[in-house]
Amino acid sequence: MEMKKGTLRQVLLITDGCSNHGEDPIAMAALAREHGITINVIGILEENSPEYHQKGLREVEEIALSGGGISQIVYTTQLSQTVQMVTKKGMTQTIHGVINSELQQILGKESTIEDLPPEKRGEVMEVVDDLGETMDLELIILVDASGSMEKKLATVQESLIDLSISLNSRIGFNQFALFAFPGKRDETELLIDWTPKLNSLTQAFTKISSGGITPTGPAIKAAIHEFTNRRSKRRLITGDEEEYSEGSGF
Amino acid sequence: MKKNTPKGQVSKLHSGDIISGKWHRNEYSIIRELGSGATGTVYLASGKGGKVAVKTGHDSMAIISEVNVLKHFSRVQGKILGPSLIDVDDYVTGGQQVPFYVMEYLKGDSLFQFMKNHSEEWAGILLVQLLTDLSMLHRAGWVFGDLKPDNLLVVGPPSRIRWIDVGGTTQIGRSIKEYTEFFDRGYWSLGTRKAEPSYDLFSACMIMVNLAFPSRFEKKKDGRQQLKEVIRSSPLLTNYQSILLKGLYGKYQSAEEMRNDLVSSLNNKGRSKVSAPSQTTSGASGRSAHKKVKKKKKRAMMFETVLLGSFLFIVYLFYLISQTM
Repeated sequence: MEMKKGTLRQVLLITDGCSNHGEDPIAMAALAREHGITINVIGILEENSPEYHQKGLREVEEIALSGGGISQIVYTTQLSQTVQMVTKKGMTQTIHGVINSELQQILGKESTIEDLPPEKRGEVMEVVDDLGETMDLELIILVDASGSMEKKLATVQESLIDLSISLNSRIGFNQFALFAFPGKRDETELLIDWTPKLNSLTQAFTKISSGGITPTGPAIKAAIHEFTNRRSKRRLITGDEEEYSEGSGF
Repeated sequence: MKKNTPKGQVSKLHSGDIISGKWHRNEYSIIRELGSGATGTVYLASGKGGKVAVKTGHDSMAIISEVNVLKHFSRVQGKILGPSLIDVDDYVTGGQQVPFYVMEYLKGDSLFQFMKNHSEEWAGILLVQLLTDLSMLHRAGWVFGDLKPDNLLVVGPPSRIRWIDVGGTTQIGRSIKEYTEFFDRGYWSLGTRKAEPSYDLFSACMIMVNLAFPSRFEKKKDGRQQLKEVIRSSPLLTNYQSILLKGLYGKYQSAEEMRNDLVSSLNNKGRSKVSAPSQTTSGASGRSAHKKVKKKKKRAMMFETVLLGSFLFIVYLFYLISQTM
């Protein structure tokens, strides 16, 4: 299977759910998917959190489902490992999806990797693993900075540094950008501009002032905007066509 | 994407359930659950050729990846490192296709069970065995990744350590596929998550630490210093202090190198225990113990010479007697 190696575009949304401002985050996730951007979501719980979180958790799952990504609910203590697991799985799932749609072009509508006999499936999976390891990655991290998240931000920060260790152990190249929502002035605020390594987080998080609203939808929209802007900017510079990236995930 | 997105619950299998492969048409009758992890559940089952271990899981991608690793294992020349792969297939239940694979069933004790019933020096011996296997795996171009007591089993007799879950096994040079924080050098800020031999050696050392501290512990500010103090605080670990620290700090280039150090330390330990039982292993007194050992050795050699001499003399006497008769 010949495939052109492109760039994976992923969003990692870290929230405790319960968005209450602006566009519907589930709709925005669906829109992101149309742009070939995968939305992975981590819902953070506190050890003895009340029942109303149930609602927040459903939102977490639905955003990931419509954003074509992975979701995971987690207690603060297990955050680091979950963040890297979800990101990696999300990447694999995106590649898997792209390969499936290629298979369908070759073999017909209802063919997926699962319909292949186990031996062939193994070969395809090696390609998936290969791409996951070697493709370049652009990751936008959206951190919920609403009031209820305030106490968890230190752990979030730690887990993101840990994520950077994991991703930078890959062969492929990485670019990260970090947004918080709500921001000081706007619904979404850029805390760290595109960078290959996340180790300057300490200062970034002190800039956050936990606000009252939770504009999850607008944050996802901002991420889409950032990706498309970046893409068109790069096209201007390199004159690259990059037509295959539309809707295909790359 | 339709079929793989629902991380839908694959309902658990029960004793007596029979699953039959869609592709290869083999049947397996479930006996009981052996364990369950992040990617699926392992069952003991009986198949055509006797007892086997069957792993099923909802995450079909992860299952296929594991199968790929197991296949590579069977390609590693010589000794079998992981459990051997017997069959790969899907079974259909309630309109849902569930992937599974079948491997050799290894029977044995968990590391902790084994150490409960055996004396302390076994810890070092099991580690030597583990390093032997690791060095073969590394030479074949792979790193185990998720090395921890849960993924190991002591089979036998003769007692031998074996690994049972190879889900984290990664090609050298890539990023570690799966890990557990306590055994991960990235978590302790002592290195990257790039698959290289020293990654496994770190985990191997942490298995020893885990044997001394079964309930484990969390990282404080300075992981490097913390682990050093932990090792100094445990009588089981101080025996291997210099080796463990070298392993944890990434100073060993290969599993063989660490294995050789460990073997010679195990040899020396046995000797000094016989001759100087009261000695402990702190710097200065350690050296004097060494001298004593040497002295004792000299005396022992003299004794042996005398013994050998008298033996020859007696034989000579017999010879003379037989000649005169």
